[in-house]
Amino acid sequence: MMYTFPNKLRNLAIVFMAVGLIGLVYGFISAPTTVAEAKAIVAANHGEGHGTTHETAPASHGADASHAEVSEHAADATHDAEHDEHVFHQLSNKPWAALYVAAFFFFMISLGVLAFYAIQRAAQAGWSPVLYRVMEGITAYLLPGGIIVIVILGLSGMHLNHLFIWMDPEVVAHDKLIAGKTGFLNVPFFLTRAVIFLSGWSLYRYFSRKFSLAQDQANDISNHKKNFRISAAFLVFYIVTESIMSWDWVMSIDPHWFSTLFGWYVFASMFVSGITTIALVTIYLKSKGYLEFVNDSHIHDLGKFMFGISVFWTYLWFSQFMLIWYSNIPEEVTYFITRIEDYNLPFFGMLVMNFIFPLLILMNSDYKRINYFIVMAGIVIILGHYMDVFNMIMPSAVGDQWFIGSAEIGGFLFFLGLFIFIVFKELTKAPLLAKGDPYMGESERFHY
Amino acid sequence: MSDKVVHALYDDDDVLLSAVKMIRSEKHHIEEVYTPFPVHGLDKALGLEDTRIAIMAFIYGCIGLCVAVAMMNFIMIEDWPQNIGGKPSFSYLENMPAFVPIMFEMTVFFAAHLMVITFYMRSKLWPFKKAENPNPLTTDDKFLVEIGIHDNEKELQTLLKKSGAVEVSIIEKSE
Repeated sequence: MMYTFPNKLRNLAIVFMAVGLIGLVYGFISAPTTVAEAKAIVAANHGEGHGTTHETAPASHGADASHAEVSEHAADATHDAEHDEHVFHQLSNKPWAALYVAAFFFFMISLGVLAFYAIQRAAQAGWSPVLYRVMEGITAYLLPGGIIVIVILGLSGMHLNHLFIWMDPEVVAHDKLIAGKTGFLNVPFFLTRAVIFLSGWSLYRYFSRKFSLAQDQANDISNHKKNFRISAAFLVFYIVTESIMSWDWVMSIDPHWFSTLFGWYVFASMFVSGITTIALVTIYLKSKGYLEFVNDSHIHDLGKFMFGISVFWTYLWFSQFMLIWYSNIPEEVTYFITRIEDYNLPFFGMLVMNFIFPLLILMNSDYKRINYFIVMAGIVIILGHYMDVFNMIMPSAVGDQWFIGSAEIGGFLFFLGLFIFIVFKELTKAPLLAKGDPYMGESERFHY
Repeated sequence: MSDKVVHALYDDDDVLLSAVKMIRSEKHHIEEVYTPFPVHGLDKALGLEDTRIAIMAFIYGCIGLCVAVAMMNFIMIEDWPQNIGGKPSFSYLENMPAFVPIMFEMTVFFAAHLMVITFYMRSKLWPFKKAENPNPLTTDDKFLVEIGIHDNEKELQTLLKKSGAVEVSIIEKSE
């Protein structure tokens, strides 16, 4: 049965995009353009609390030794000017960072789904072929979403914003650590890498979708076999490029700090968000009377993955946190000190949303078969991983000047709308059952 | 309870599954099924009650977590306070991240071991217990269904033959 994009959903997606765009534009307009404006905003936000902001500010850039020295003379006029300049940069970064967080988050979901899809193909999974078309729909967002992210990165490279301080030659000149990394962290190579990665992922997505559609009409399983082969090759390419992508696009925002398991950490985040999105889209389509061949055992298996990968994410989060917390090396531990001091609620809140909540809700076997529980846990996991990306990017981009304002909400809504629009549009383009798949019979009979 | 039982041997798990469904739809009570490996869906076909081991595993895990918290608090904070990673705070909460691996391991340790012990007790198994297997073929490639006889020998035999059994035999239980 072909899926038709209901007008109600299409309008909802367009409304999300329009409202999101207004929020983003407002966020950009209200960002300060001069140091004086920035001072006024901070004064308005904190009122009498201006002095306390002042005191916590050095913590956010404690890695910088010269800065820490300066902060000892807090009353010093030069420091005041420097601090105001700093706050101005943070505030003018804020709408950009909000845009980037949302753009990256929704892009990451489709990349996570693509990895999940390739694993199903490479493993020749018997349970999941009924969900192939849903996954292919979600990965349609990969190319447009990826292009948007790369455009934002390109704009950073053109110094329209200061998300990546290593792109600023002025900063590099006074920073030995970053200067030592310019062989890898320079704008042309950075953007070339980004384009190569996105092309590789999109090529796999294009051919895999093509073979999947061709398999529906075929008399033999040659398309299926080709899909198996390219999926295995893609997974090798993916895990290397995903890792480098996470250093480039996320970790390099804070170029003084690095973690060796960061690639895995970002992978876990995108994987669990992707699987959750598959479950949510599947349940939505089922509630509208489509996907009649998907039974609650399939939902149960997606629920198991949501549960398992949430725990996996926590394992990586904790592995990263504990070693740095334990060793307490100044240049490493600032990463977590900033987050615990300035981002206490989002930092620990995301731990509740991404670990404790799904752990308790999805532990019971029966609950994983109840759509209501999957949807509830799924929405919390999605929002929790948005917070995760927020915590990865915001502290280095805007320091303690964060708040969930119009740019953050607008960015989330805009990309949510775009995501829904592209994904459901793609779902209308092919039958929802990949009927040619040799494992389809097994998948349809799948029961637990 | 009758001490005469009928043993039906099957040589395929799919045949066994449909046979079990057929026998139960004819309102015969299946005493026991012996299989060389776990047959997927057999518990549902037999109408067995769901296992409650999962809820026990959760409780055992919680016990393990509590034991770990109490143990680490006593060892590292109260009895012999220790300086952890240059943080001599002597507060359990502040040093908690260092104890998480122990909390995790103890949770898993308690859940796993107590589950195994519970399983043995509920199955009435213990070391050196003599196997209760009526036919050694069921440890190789045959599936055996045991049904008690209540003056319905002939009826059962024809039913079991029809259901695909390769061999049907009447056994006098010696107990």
